[in-house]
Amino acid sequence: MTLRRLEPGHAIDGFRLDAPLNPGGMASLWRVTHPDIALPMVMKIPFMRPGENPLAIIGFEVEGMILPKLEGEHAPRFVKSGDFSNPYIVMEYIAGRSLKDRLGETPLPAEEVAAIGTAIAVALHDLHAQHVVHLDVKPSNVIMRDNGEAALIDYGLARHDQLPDLLAEEVSGAIGTGAYISPEQVQGERGDPRSDLFALGVVLYFLATGERPFGEPGNAREWRRRLWRDPVPPRAWKSDLPPWLQEVILRCLEIDADARPATAAELAFALRNSECVLLTERSRRTRRDGVLTVAARWLRARKPVLPPQRRSIAAQLARAPIILAAIDLGAGHEGLSEAIAVAVSRLLATEPGARLACVNVLKVSLLTIDPVADAQGRNIHLQRLVELKHWARALPVAAERVTYHVLEALDPADALIGFARANRADHIVIGARASSALRRYLGSVSAQVVAEAPCTVTVVRTAGSR
Amino acid sequence: MLIAIFTDIHSNREALEACLAHAAHRPIGRYVFLGDYVGYGADPEFVVDTVQEYAARGAVTLLGNHDSAAIGTPERMNDVAARAIEWTHRQLGPAQLAFLASRPLTVRDGGQLYVHASAADPAAWDYVLDERSAGRSLQATDAALTFCGHTHVPALFHLTVTGKIAGFDPDAGVALPLTPQRRWLAVIGAVGQPRDRNPAACYALYDGGPRTLTYVRVPYDIESAARKIRDAGLPQFLAARLAWGR
Repeated sequence: MTLRRLEPGHAIDGFRLDAPLNPGGMASLWRVTHPDIALPMVMKIPFMRPGENPLAIIGFEVEGMILPKLEGEHAPRFVKSGDFSNPYIVMEYIAGRSLKDRLGETPLPAEEVAAIGTAIAVALHDLHAQHVVHLDVKPSNVIMRDNGEAALIDYGLARHDQLPDLLAEEVSGAIGTGAYISPEQVQGERGDPRSDLFALGVVLYFLATGERPFGEPGNAREWRRRLWRDPVPPRAWKSDLPPWLQEVILRCLEIDADARPATAAELAFALRNSECVLLTERSRRTRRDGVLTVAARWLRARKPVLPPQRRSIAAQLARAPIILAAIDLGAGHEGLSEAIAVAVSRLLATEPGARLACVNVLKVSLLTIDPVADAQGRNIHLQRLVELKHWARALPVAAERVTYHVLEALDPADALIGFARANRADHIVIGARASSALRRYLGSVSAQVVAEAPCTVTVVRTAGSR
Repeated sequence: MLIAIFTDIHSNREALEACLAHAAHRPIGRYVFLGDYVGYGADPEFVVDTVQEYAARGAVTLLGNHDSAAIGTPERMNDVAARAIEWTHRQLGPAQLAFLASRPLTVRDGGQLYVHASAADPAAWDYVLDERSAGRSLQATDAALTFCGHTHVPALFHLTVTGKIAGFDPDAGVALPLTPQRRWLAVIGAVGQPRDRNPAACYALYDGGPRTLTYVRVPYDIESAARKIRDAGLPQFLAARLAWGR
């Protein structure tokens, strides 16, 4: 391979180099145009200098394998790659602002941290659902689009669980970025989507406090501290940080991946519905764990770890689905509510890692000015929440895995579909009331949900209505 | 160009027909048969005739160890395989035997090498089963891509940039990018007698444009293929193992 001096105006395989961008650590980056392709594009050309870190060369190869597999707006679209003698990758140029550019503004307000975190978690869930773990989530790899969505760039350290893991075959130790790497990555595990949630936890910590939870350790020996040392709780830096945000951030930063949110969708759900976050001891913590706890973890970390298994990223997602139960409350629907409870119980029995969102739609009318107070002066919204909790009381699910939501909407079906889409629900359970001439004419809520929902839908009927 | 690669058909008409019908829905630019058309199964004539037709239309068709044994070359074989080969030899006519006898051991097509077993010594019929045997094959050729069969178990090996050999157990239906930065050795599973505990017939599609390899699994009428084996008086085990996929 020859070293090329690249200048604006040069052409590579029909792509015209327009302007250099800030180079990454392992490649030079150029804005490029092509007469036949309208997309704004960037070309990545690896540094192939003698003595270059082989990780850089393999990372470039890995990105060339994974990028063409990814779809959707959370990753740059792949355009073309060069051959052996002329290595490059051309991909979509994502307009927006690198999250790295916002680090000077930290600490950011909690609401903004939650909004950014939600966008990144949604993007990660989309990647995970496509069999990919990013494994290098950090501000410089996140682009915030103008519409508030996040896109992740640079898949040089990523893992696709249906493709050979070229990096693991070359490097036996930890691969990642010191400030963000998860404990299991330090131990060589490269197949757990919850590693990305740990790194996102570091990002959120940084955005919320302006401090790095683990500093910027430089070498793999220092990285091992991740296996026993917990971070200073964020509220110790910033006392007005809401307890729910500390709860969410510290859950992401749990050393044991099983103690973190099970999926990125679950994390997005918590950040989007902060009032539903169950506050534990984490939210009140003011200092790091004591010497004895840390020493016990240090001893445990000395044990040799089992070699990482080839496990499926999709399987981890499937273990923790989000189930949305849409409940009609009120007189006349008791039989149907019970039938929905039975259906939901069966689902929960087969999916022990599931989360349940109990949703009731409070239908508001354009004509009613104040739907909040009813004749008795009770707050209807609050009463509905109470009834939802009463409905769910006997379900076989732990309290921390259930949330309750009363949606106020003109159109119940639209509200349910919107909620399912925004919260990445995997399964909706909804009742269908008895058929009637009027309902056939107007169309039923369940029929519209079945037609338009972004996920599986189970429609429950009672025996009498068949 | 899309290349369809078939190997280890082993006289299994039902499996071959199912795979060819599956491939026929795709714009295949070249057909490649890596050998072992006969042995084990009950339809050697149909399979040899079919492969011969594809060869006449430009398909790459190699010699496998069972084909070599069927034309009378002494090959090391277990007892069950040897009995099937004796039976097979009696079924085939002179033209079919002559076709088998004229098949090459390897074909090189640009950066691609096709071989039935290991490229290290094709006529020794070594199995490419693990990193060591894959390494011997990869070191014996400078081809960027080697396609072989013989083991009846799909596998994908590659030579890493630091000279290590790594193996991968491919999922069916996933387009695997064979990157130009390294050399690859793809072991294609068997059409006619899979042994990876998945009884569906296996073949592969290589797309030279994006350089992706897809292992394809095709369910076929196992009961008919097994019944014909029993009816022909071939060893019962050869019928039973089709349903086990091992």
